Amino acid sequence: MSEKKSLRSVFMNGILNENPTFRLVLGMCPTLAISTAVSQGIGMGLATTFVLVFSNLVISLLRNIIPEKVRIPSFVVVIATFVTIVDLVMKAFVPALSQSLGLYIPLIVVNCIIFARAESYAFKNPPIPSLLDGLGMGIGFTLALMLLSSVREILGSGTFLGMQVMPAAYHPMAIIIRPPGGFVMLGILLLLVNAIVKAIEKRKLAKAKEEIA
Amino acid sequence: MSSLLLIIVGGVLVNNFIMSQFLGICAFLGVSNKTETAFGMGMAVTFVMAIASLFTYFVQRYLLIPLNLEYMQTIAFILIIAVLVQTVEIVLKKTSRALYMALGVYLPLITTNCAVLGVAINNTTAIEGGYNLIQSVVNGTAGALGFTLAIVVFSAIRERLAIGNLPKWMEGFPGALIGAGLMSIAFQGFAGMIH
Repeated sequence: MSEKKSLRSVFMNGILNENPTFRLVLGMCPTLAISTAVSQGIGMGLATTFVLVFSNLVISLLRNIIPEKVRIPSFVVVIATFVTIVDLVMKAFVPALSQSLGLYIPLIVVNCIIFARAESYAFKNPPIPSLLDGLGMGIGFTLALMLLSSVREILGSGTFLGMQVMPAAYHPMAIIIRPPGGFVMLGILLLLVNAIVKAIEKRKLAKAKEEIA
Repeated sequence: MSSLLLIIVGGVLVNNFIMSQFLGICAFLGVSNKTETAFGMGMAVTFVMAIASLFTYFVQRYLLIPLNLEYMQTIAFILIIAVLVQTVEIVLKKTSRALYMALGVYLPLITTNCAVLGVAINNTTAIEGGYNLIQSVVNGTAGALGFTLAIVVFSAIRERLAIGNLPKWMEGFPGALIGAGLMSIAFQGFAGMIH
């Protein structure tokens, strides 16, 4: 029972407590660059999730074989292999998405989230928790990307997944889908998430105090 | 010659790595607290990026293309960059103590700086058939100088922000990102310079 519960907390950790985008502030380059449309956000999120899950699994399986000293190059090779797989698969099956994500698909290799999970989790834990950790982190990243890209697409182009959602009288704010909009919108979202987390912590603290009293 | 000038202006200002292409944001946010460290990081990136452009050009031209292994590009390039960074670190340590003291701490961070891999891939895809040797190295160096420009200017802004009277909820990343956004608007002004 307790083991089951801890596996669940490993999975949820990446989505809430240590959300890579909002809590750890990792992997900023793809987050800012591709969040101009929801479809790109989902595509990038899923591609990263795939790489995270499998690189975590493989690194965890090899953790007793890889010598400590050459672990970083080994991580690089494992991660790069899965990124190449994703790149080729996307080119073959979703060429339009692959074209619009462009350079950022091979750049998943240097996404700090994947390195961070390999180094701080997968290299020290057995395969199943590592896989779940990768899955949780990947989904957390995907959700964060979807949130940011929804805000940017709705305000910046007046559409959601390509469908018109804003009334025709609405003038899309083009600056939101330009680079400055990316920085500012992410800053504002981070600020809101920080405020929410602080409020929850405060409530928890007050509750704990009440119980003691 | 004019094509080289175009690459330089494009790399430093118009297609600035940080302000319009979002490459190297981790380093940009991570080491921009102080102007001194920001400059050190910029110089280290410039150094590595110029050499990486050179080496990846040779590997692409004389290894991957003749052997029809272009799909191995990502793996090959990231390995070259990782090895290169390590080598540069060792060589600097042995030969130039002063330079090592100045750049050494930043070097390990550069392997995962996506701007380096980004420029290497960009060199092969920017124009039909990729840039030639000189264009690649110039593109890498110009891009890195643009990175340095952005990170140094931003660090100056952050130094002021740190002593300024910022609302508590703006401190840290939110304030920094909004500041970067405003700076990015300024860089958008260069967009009309080349087509």
